[in-house]
Amino acid sequence: MTAGTVSDRPLEQPESASAAVHTEKLTKVFGSITAVDGLTFDIGRGEVFGMLGPNGSGKTTTIRMLCGLLKPTSGAATVAGFDVKTQGEEIRRNIGYMSQRFGMYDDMTVFENLDFYSSLYGLGGDKKRKRMDELLDTQGLRPWSGQLVGTLSGGWKQRISLACAIAHHPAILFLDEPTAGVDPAARRRFWDMVYELASGGTTILVTTHYMDEAARCQRIAFLSRGHLIAIGTSEEVTKQFGQPTIEEVFIELQRRDEGVTA
Amino acid sequence: MTPSSWRRSLLWPMLRKEFIQMRRDRLTFALLIGIPVIQLTLFGYAIRTEVRNLPTVVLDESRSSDSRSLISVMEQTQNFRIAGQAHSRDEVRDWIESGRARAAIVIPPDFQRDLKRHRTAYAQVIVEAADPLASSAAISGAALAASVRVNAILDPRSTRSPPVEVRVRPWYNPALRSSVYIVPGLIGVLLSITLLLVTSIAIARERERGTFEQLVVTPVSKTDIMLGKLLPFVAVGYIQMTSILILGRVLFNVPIRGSVLLLYVLSLGFIVANLGAGLLVSTLVETQLQAMQLSVFFLLPNILLSGFMFPLDAMPRVAQWISYALPLTYYLKILRGILLKGVGINALWHETLILIGFATALIVVSVKRFSKTVT
Repeated sequence: MTAGTVSDRPLEQPESASAAVHTEKLTKVFGSITAVDGLTFDIGRGEVFGMLGPNGSGKTTTIRMLCGLLKPTSGAATVAGFDVKTQGEEIRRNIGYMSQRFGMYDDMTVFENLDFYSSLYGLGGDKKRKRMDELLDTQGLRPWSGQLVGTLSGGWKQRISLACAIAHHPAILFLDEPTAGVDPAARRRFWDMVYELASGGTTILVTTHYMDEAARCQRIAFLSRGHLIAIGTSEEVTKQFGQPTIEEVFIELQRRDEGVTA
Repeated sequence: MTPSSWRRSLLWPMLRKEFIQMRRDRLTFALLIGIPVIQLTLFGYAIRTEVRNLPTVVLDESRSSDSRSLISVMEQTQNFRIAGQAHSRDEVRDWIESGRARAAIVIPPDFQRDLKRHRTAYAQVIVEAADPLASSAAISGAALAASVRVNAILDPRSTRSPPVEVRVRPWYNPALRSSVYIVPGLIGVLLSITLLLVTSIAIARERERGTFEQLVVTPVSKTDIMLGKLLPFVAVGYIQMTSILILGRVLFNVPIRGSVLLLYVLSLGFIVANLGAGLLVSTLVETQLQAMQLSVFFLLPNILLSGFMFPLDAMPRVAQWISYALPLTYYLKILRGILLKGVGINALWHETLILIGFATALIVVSVKRFSKTVT
């Protein structure tokens, strides 16, 4: 990084890697079950990438491997240029993660949650205070800053959760069914926020069951039984399966899955 | 920032968060503070393993002023409550067998004569000991209480050998009050409850609410997560211990004969062992409810078989074997040793080493399991 470059990103982020996320025959086996089987794909910087698939298709396992929480059985993956097998801690410093459970402490205030997670991402002193002020304002959380998170609705919890996940300006943001259980207005607002982050250069990997959300992604990947079945823009994917909509593709996939099970 | 200094700096936010939550969680906080008071009152006042106000029948064959004063002194010890008079040995047997009396004071005809001749005068105390709790403690208590008082009253009349023979002389707790015995044990039991139950529930709560999932995707290390969770409870444990010591002293006049500092130092092994057990429980469960159930499963033998409520000697062999596998058994010896006997480390190194062994084993196993469940 050249001197004088203005960047909020952590310094250790390597410039060399072209893809934000890169996987190569990524595989995870639990006992006799192959949860993820030979996944190979790339996610470009600043891309909004959707991951779809029925429950148990291997989405969560994939995300866990990409976060450096689970060691792949075989294959390789890099996230922000770091090896998931050996550089879990570096990865976790450069990613944000938000799940449908929001992961906020109900018995702490909005401010305390934000303060806590900011501290865990290594922010401190003036830098932390400035960033927290910024997040409270941009997420519209200021009026609720002293409120216990447990007393707020799902939509607000979602905003706090997002604020905590991006406190450290992560290079990559993992969103695991982030809009489950929130109202349509909050969902729309959330996606506006996601696009804003992506336009700022943040790479977004999102899993969802909402087909309208899938359509908002620049590219989507379909997983089924641990395999990558299709990848591309939603037009490409629907064309590949000869279905009119992504929803039809999804249902068709689910049918195939169940056919195998039966 | 070097990796190690990064790691160190993240323990502080973990601890701060834990204290914020502890302050918010009024119920748990109240329980942590309230449990010692409630337990102490319960065990100190309500549960009495010593026998007081034992319904007693009197057979006074001496019918003298000395025998009457002996009886009244014994009554004053409050170990005995005179329920009636018997006129023969058979009648005494009858009283006890029928359950109308659980003890008898028998004063032979030559009691006053022996005293006057400066000979040892004998009085007999019979205690019905079918109730195991009343057994040895009651017998020795009765004999001792009687002899001590009788000596004090009757001594001036004899400058030579004591006029009433003392056979039993229990040490450390001359009044044989069970609170003196129970309160030190209560420290061990409460520490177990706090450290095992509350810790495992606190960790299970993070899993249940999904905050654990959020924590592990941040740069915070597993060590910091564990320490952040466990250290606050070490502090809580010491606070509880201190409050029981103070309350026990104020309410029940429980002695602190040995070094408090030594007690606090030796307690660390026990505390770490229980934190290890709490951590272990948390890795075996998914929900707070399961954590509670499994903790109680661990706690029950500790309370029943460690020698806290029932003396180890009185237990069947199998129960004794189990008691050897409980950290609390050894910690109770340390507590009672230091508080009641005033002994130093020399008398306790055996227990201390065993506790360190427990602590090491439990921490190694639980940390291993914890690291696995993080992913």
